[in-house]
Amino acid sequence: MKPIYLDHNATTPVDAEVVEAMLPYLNVKFGNASSVHSFGRDAKVALENAREQIAQIINCEPSELYFTSGGTESDNLAVLGTAYHLKNKKNHIIIGATEHHAVLESAEYLAHHEDFKLDLLPVNREGFVSPAQLKELISEQTALVSVMHANNETGTIQDIGALTKVAHEKGVLFHTDAVQSTGKIPVDVKQMGVDMLSLTAHKIYGPKGIGALFIRQGVKIVPLFYGGSHEKKRRPGTENVAGAVGLAKTLEIAIKRMQADFDELSKLADYFIEKVTASIPDVHFNGSRQSRIPQTVNLSFEGIEGESILLALDIKGIACSSGSACTSGATEPSHVLTAMGIDKVVAQGAIRFSMGRSTTKEQLDYVVSVLMEEISRLRELSPVYRKGK
Amino acid sequence: MSKKVLVAMSGGVDSSVAALLLKEQGYEVIGAHMKLWDYVEVGGDIYKDGRCCTIDSITDCRFVCDAIGAPFYVLNMSQKFKETVIENFVSEYRQGRTPNPCIRCNTEVKWYEFLHKAEEIGCDYIATGHYSYIEKKDDGRFMIRKGKDTTRDQSYVLWGLTQDALAKTLMPLGGLLKSEVREMALRYNLHTAHKAESREICFVADDNYRRFLTEYEEKQGRSFASGDIVHEDGTVLGQHKGTAFYTIGQRKGLGIAYPTPLYVQKIDPETNRVIVGDNDALYKDELIAQRINWVSIKPPQKEFDAEVKIRYLHRPARARMTPLSENRLHIKFAEKQRAITPGQSVVFYNKDILLGGGLIEG
Repeated sequence: MKPIYLDHNATTPVDAEVVEAMLPYLNVKFGNASSVHSFGRDAKVALENAREQIAQIINCEPSELYFTSGGTESDNLAVLGTAYHLKNKKNHIIIGATEHHAVLESAEYLAHHEDFKLDLLPVNREGFVSPAQLKELISEQTALVSVMHANNETGTIQDIGALTKVAHEKGVLFHTDAVQSTGKIPVDVKQMGVDMLSLTAHKIYGPKGIGALFIRQGVKIVPLFYGGSHEKKRRPGTENVAGAVGLAKTLEIAIKRMQADFDELSKLADYFIEKVTASIPDVHFNGSRQSRIPQTVNLSFEGIEGESILLALDIKGIACSSGSACTSGATEPSHVLTAMGIDKVVAQGAIRFSMGRSTTKEQLDYVVSVLMEEISRLRELSPVYRKGK
Repeated sequence: MSKKVLVAMSGGVDSSVAALLLKEQGYEVIGAHMKLWDYVEVGGDIYKDGRCCTIDSITDCRFVCDAIGAPFYVLNMSQKFKETVIENFVSEYRQGRTPNPCIRCNTEVKWYEFLHKAEEIGCDYIATGHYSYIEKKDDGRFMIRKGKDTTRDQSYVLWGLTQDALAKTLMPLGGLLKSEVREMALRYNLHTAHKAESREICFVADDNYRRFLTEYEEKQGRSFASGDIVHEDGTVLGQHKGTAFYTIGQRKGLGIAYPTPLYVQKIDPETNRVIVGDNDALYKDELIAQRINWVSIKPPQKEFDAEVKIRYLHRPARARMTPLSENRLHIKFAEKQRAITPGQSVVFYNKDILLGGGLIEG
């Protein structure tokens, strides 16, 4: 049987149309966008066209959009770049407790090495932060607030507009990591009111290695890289023209399909959640059923470690994820679920299924049948589960 | 259907070839690397190459598994390893003993947690790259024999394995010489063919266990108390930096001036003293072994003779074994042995057969 891919929040296959759009900029129009000759001009035009297209989609000026290598770099540039710029005036950062490691570890770096005070904005059981609590945490010293738009593990969507309002009332800059939301739900920087926003291509059927950071006109940051005037000196390095063209095409397709994909994935996810919870005892849904990127289904199976389920499913040809993946491949308890106040043992048994354009009802039926078998087998082997019953 | 086996892969050449051999023998092979610690926890040089549990070693495992067509997983066992191996390592030194963490890891992690994972994955066996044989005797009991390559014999670290564990374990390298293993890795162009081997304690990255103990305890807000170095005759000769930093038979690093060479004879954390004396005094002809595990034979009721190893690189010595209880044993050597060290494993053989083992009491 063909393997079933249910890990679309990790990454996605590149859409054939996107590959086609990128190809000329890898071989024929390969020029360096900074060169003065015709090869360079072709590349530069393609790059700026891509920038315009993307800017239009997220409702910003092209001059406010900076290409990066992806979500992690965008997050680092926003958090570190802002902090370095303001460090002689302010020394406090607030981030959501369930942020991606790209934001979390950048902020922790500032706390450990740059004398910044770091506050984690708590989340409730469903993963939502509260604007009122944000208001309480903000002080004269606050340089930046960073709260993600949609969470990678649970899909929970924050009301960014309400949060930016609070931050701006106190004159504090606001960044959001929109890596998991851009292209899946409407992302409009003006409506959201953000000062900075990170996005990436590979979560929405685009290539890896390209992303962007929106930086509102007038917001100052210190660059992380040096060595050229590319991206107005804020992100030097020969431009990834093919990548930028790919990102633009990726978003163009995503926007066209957005409503249809959203509806289809909502249906599939609801079907899957109902079926799993109806056929397997002691399963918990983690996150929000209402306000979530619908393709993300995070479930805890009591008495078993997520890692064990993950491996058992992989052997049966089903690809999903437990917690967030890390370099070594070893799984670690999820800081997202623990921040949501989910019992550590239950959090350990969490598995994230993330669906996508290739997902079918038949696939999900098969996954449920394998889950029924494997969960009961693993529970037989689990001293924790037996003891509890 | 072919039998499924989970191969414990360190990223070295031995476990790589073990996986390859099993694949050739028709097993369904799954490779797994046990992530036991990270540098943040244990200190040392994060960029040093060739170690187990580093990203580079894990990558090596991936290459090998890809080449032989096996799935590969990294299993996070760092919490269990910390609780059962690292903390025991520190506490043993604190109590004046010299532990064998690798043996502790074998019984508590590899042949317990890892074995459990294998069951969860649906494997029939686990396999390792030890140069030893596991054989089933006529009476149904599993025994361990030294491998063909006696210079690589690792049976000393296997004494803690239970019969249940042995029934589910394959050691495909028992019949091979190290040179043959390396030759095979080269022939199959395995990524790990040229890798040097590491024989030190994996989580003490720089082989400096004193540095490790100091840093580890500092993180817990604990320190080591200095005290007297005392001659057997009662004379105070100098100061030690903490009894945990000394081991029986140690001569170097005592920092005392004396007309004749002096060696650590006894470590007494109770009185916080390190007792030293001359070389001859290190020779003793008896010990008590405790926490015995019998491997190849049923627990004996009567006295018997065996060859006994009191440390990893010890030449087995003839001894008379007298059972004191189910898991305690009096061992009387035919000849005196140097530096019998409490906390170390004592392992008994009949020729190449591993009979069992225990810990030296004291």
